[in-house]
Amino acid sequence: MAFIENLTLFVLAGFVGYEIITKIPATLHTPLISGTNAISGITLIGSVVVAGSGHSTLATGLGFLAVVMATVNVVGGYLVSHRMLRSFRQRGD
Amino acid sequence: MPGIAVGLPSETLSLAYLAAGVLFILGLRDMTHPRTARRGNLISATGMAVAVGITILWFEILSPLVLFAALLVGAGIGTWLAVTVDTTDMPQLVGLFNGFGGGASALVAGAELIDLLGPSASAALPVETTTAAAITGLIGAVTFWGSVVAAGKLQGALKDPIRYSGENVLKLAVLVVAVVAGASLVAQNQLFGVLPAAEWVPSYWVVVAAASVLGVLLVIPIGGADMPVVIALLNACSGLAAATTGFALDNSVLIIAGTLVGASGVILTVIMCRSMNRTLTNVLFSGYGATDSSDEDSSDIYEGNVMSTSPEEVAMLLDIARRVVVVPGYGMAVGQAQHAVAELATLLEANDVEVVFGIHPVAGRMPGHMNVLLAEANVSYEQMQELEAVNPTFSETDVVIVTGANDVVNPTALSGEASPIAGMPVLHVWDAQTVIVNKRSLSPGYSDIPNPLFTNDNTYMLFGDAREAMQALVKAYKEGH
Repeated sequence: MAFIENLTLFVLAGFVGYEIITKIPATLHTPLISGTNAISGITLIGSVVVAGSGHSTLATGLGFLAVVMATVNVVGGYLVSHRMLRSFRQRGD
Repeated sequence: MPGIAVGLPSETLSLAYLAAGVLFILGLRDMTHPRTARRGNLISATGMAVAVGITILWFEILSPLVLFAALLVGAGIGTWLAVTVDTTDMPQLVGLFNGFGGGASALVAGAELIDLLGPSASAALPVETTTAAAITGLIGAVTFWGSVVAAGKLQGALKDPIRYSGENVLKLAVLVVAVVAGASLVAQNQLFGVLPAAEWVPSYWVVVAAASVLGVLLVIPIGGADMPVVIALLNACSGLAAATTGFALDNSVLIIAGTLVGASGVILTVIMCRSMNRTLTNVLFSGYGATDSSDEDSSDIYEGNVMSTSPEEVAMLLDIARRVVVVPGYGMAVGQAQHAVAELATLLEANDVEVVFGIHPVAGRMPGHMNVLLAEANVSYEQMQELEAVNPTFSETDVVIVTGANDVVNPTALSGEASPIAGMPVLHVWDAQTVIVNKRSLSPGYSDIPNPLFTNDNTYMLFGDAREAMQALVKAYKEGH
């Protein structure tokens, strides 16, 4: 049953994503890519659970590496997007 | 296994994940306008903080030292890279970050399998979990290595597309290895007896290894100008990898967030392909201009038909212009000419000349590349117009300045049916009174075909590096005022 619930989320989120993303202007496509990259770093929460659970050395080691990579993705992604978006200004700003 | 938050009702975790999902959606919605986009990014980051924060509070952390060390190291590296990178190097950094997301997903799924199967490696897992893990390993590893190669290409480390005979057969073979290993993981029969059953779940790592090779093989043959498609596609993959990790871990916010990213990447991929009038399979599996390019013709059509001009002459043209459209291309990014171009625009506007930037969707090396460079150079987003908006206005334009662009202003796209760029939407710059094309030489662009625009009666070539030419133009224009 969990699979069907997950599938429901997947399909609905897909539709929501489609509706929103198609309205984003081409001007913002680079910050969009960088911002969504940061969102894909959500895999960090999976990494946190695995790295922190400490069940086996191997899993913890892999978890450590995963947390590092995902955090780079999240922190770097949001900061780069912020830097880019900061430069987008209106005429006369 | 509840941790510190043991006193909280069990629904708290799910509710916090729901809140995070909502914040991601609200954040993306704010990205629909440049005015609200920065707020959207902050909202999305808040959603991430909520999701990660509750996870750390909720789950039992047996090795907090490992966890917080990893978080600190990652945050340090991410901050350092994001703060120190030059605007011109942003495409490769964004590409690299993308790969890290995919790589992390692949590692998490592997670690989760090890955790779930336990030391005895005998516990049976639900098919959904193993399938999701196998797909995550495949997509995640392809994303990681594909992004690393793409970032290398954008950095200029791997300039030329690497092509060899039988490359598609090789890719297919590697994919088959990954799929067979994945099937073995799903069936949990340890690669049909070839691989031993072990705590580290060997079949999963065979999937990851094969997918890693596949990721490299997929991106090395692709040329620079196709990078917008590759970056958008890898963006989609990193999202899908996160979503499938969500299936493997039964985690709602991973599925929601990953799917949003996947949708975004897929839409951008479609837009980029459409803007080049090519299919995704064509971009990925066949070289551009692989059809015979006739080099002889290219020099012939230019012979005696090309008029060149000087910055001083262009400045005189600009003196009497009322409306100017600047069409930037990758050459502007390479020459870092955006500041000179922006200065010219400011000078013109000070003299009541209307200045607009006409930007082709695939100009540059990633979607929206030109816009970011120009925004950094203080060009307002209202001045940047998309192809559909700017095309009807060329007939009312006095001067068009094309700098560092070639294929996106090639009229062959409209007429020549046999041409590799036939049907590609292009900027109709030739409708303007006068067209100035700034280019280092008459060499063809990425599509390797000649551009008849250069021989038009109203086209003048301003030869030279984009930055030097634009700076000279600024100087000449200033002297006339």
